[in-house]
Amino acid sequence: MTPDPQREIRSRTRRSLITGAVAALAGGAAWEWLSTRREDDGIQWPLRLALRANEQLTRDYFKPARLARTFPPGAVESGRVNGDIGIKDPVPADWSLKVAVASDDGNREFQLSLADIQALPKVEQITELKCIEGWTRVLRWGGARFRDFVARHAPDRVDFDEGNDYVGMETPDAKYYVGLEMASAMHPQTLLAYEMNGKPLTGQHGAPLRLVIPLKYGIKNLKRIGKISFAFTRPPDFWGEQGYDWYAGF
Amino acid sequence: MKVLEAKHPRAIRWFHWVNFPLLALMLWSGLLIYWANDVYRIGLGGFTLLHFFPKWFYGLFNADHRLAEGMAWHFFFMWLFAINGAAYVIYTAVSGEWRYLVPNRNSLREAIQVTLYDLHLSKRHPPRHKFNGAQQIAYTSIVLMGAGSLVTGLAIWKPVQFGWITVALGGYGAVRVEHFLLALGYCAFFLVHIAQVWRAGWNNLRSMITGYEIVTAQDQV
Repeated sequence: MTPDPQREIRSRTRRSLITGAVAALAGGAAWEWLSTRREDDGIQWPLRLALRANEQLTRDYFKPARLARTFPPGAVESGRVNGDIGIKDPVPADWSLKVAVASDDGNREFQLSLADIQALPKVEQITELKCIEGWTRVLRWGGARFRDFVARHAPDRVDFDEGNDYVGMETPDAKYYVGLEMASAMHPQTLLAYEMNGKPLTGQHGAPLRLVIPLKYGIKNLKRIGKISFAFTRPPDFWGEQGYDWYAGF
Repeated sequence: MKVLEAKHPRAIRWFHWVNFPLLALMLWSGLLIYWANDVYRIGLGGFTLLHFFPKWFYGLFNADHRLAEGMAWHFFFMWLFAINGAAYVIYTAVSGEWRYLVPNRNSLREAIQVTLYDLHLSKRHPPRHKFNGAQQIAYTSIVLMGAGSLVTGLAIWKPVQFGWITVALGGYGAVRVEHFLLALGYCAFFLVHIAQVWRAGWNNLRSMITGYEIVTAQDQV
C-alpha cells in the first residue's frame, strides 16, 4: 500500500517544526541565561571564563618566543594620542621609578632614576602599536629591554615561574594600571621606552618612561610608569576590570 | 504520481539551521567591535558615497560603546561557529554529499543559464537536479568564505603567533578589511538566498526543514 505523500509530508513537517521550535527555545533560553549572568570584571562570568580559557590556550600552546613584526624606517608613522587616563596632571617634578619586588622573605622596594634605565643597553625597534579599537600606528621606539632591567634590578625574577609570577605597572597617580604575565613582559621586544620616533617621549606619549609591549594591545602599553611591582598574583588591570580581556595578547 | 523523495540529510539540516543564529551572532558582535573604529567607506578623496555605518544603523542594533562586550561575545561564539562549520565540511566529505555541492565543469555554464532565467532574460529552464550550477557555486563559495573568516580572524586575533598568515594576507590593516568584506559578503549572500528560497516556494523550503520533497514520479513501477 502506498502511503499518501501529502499526509506523510504534513506529519513530517509537524514533527520537524516542533523539533525546530524546541531547539529555538533552547537556544533562546541559553542566550537569555548567558546575557543575564552576574558580572565578573564588567562582563558576564561565562564570557569571562571563555576569555580566560582562550588565554590559557595561548599561554600553554603558543610559543612565547615568537616576535612581533618589525618594519623598515620608511614605514614609520606619527603618533596618535588616544587617552590621557593617569597622565592628566603634569609629570611630577620629583618623578622616580619605584620598584617593588615581592619575595618569600618580605617585600623589597627601591627607586630608580631615568639615568638608571638609560644606563641599560639601548634598543631601537620599529613595531606596530595596535589599539584595541582597531587602528594601528607603526612607531620607532628607543629604550631598554624589560628583561635587561629585570636582570640588573630584580635578578631573582629572571628565572620566572610562568604559572605564578606576574608584574604590574601603574602611573604615578595610580589611576591607570596594567597587569602582565612574565612571559610577555620578558619577551625581547618588551621595552621600557624613553624615545619615540627618535625623540624623547612627549608628555602625551608617556614621558619620561613608558611601556612598549608589541605582544599586547595598546591598552597594555602603559604611559608614564610610576611603579613596577613584581607579584605572585595577577595584578589588577584597568581595562581588564571593564569587560576587556585581562591577557589582551597576540 | 506524487511521491515523497528524501533530499537533505538530517545532519546537513542541523548544521544549516545551527549556523544561522551563530553567524548572526558573529556579525552582531563584529558590528560592536567595528563601531570602535568605524573608518571604512566607499568614496573618492573627500567624497563619501557610503560610510560603514550610518548612525541609525548602529542604533538599530544598539551597537555603540559596546566594544568590550562585542569582543567577549565574538571570542566565545567563534568556537561554536568554527566547530559547526568544520563538522559540516567533514560530514559532507565523508558522506559523499560533497558530490552534489562542489561545482563541476558544467556548473559555470549552468549558473549563467540559471541567472539569465531568474532575471527573465532567458526562457530556457536550466536542467533540474539536486543543486544547480548556481547553487553549487554559491554553497561552495559560502563555505570557502567561512574558512576565509576563520583564517583572517585568526590573523587579527593572534597577529604575532600567526604572524606569517597576517603578513601573507597583506598585513594587519589589510586583514581587517578582508575580514570586514567577508562579513558584508554574508549579508549579500543572505539577501540573495532569501530571495531565491522565496521564489523556489514552500516545497523547496520544506525540504530543508523535513528533509523530504514532493516530486512527480516519472517512471515508477
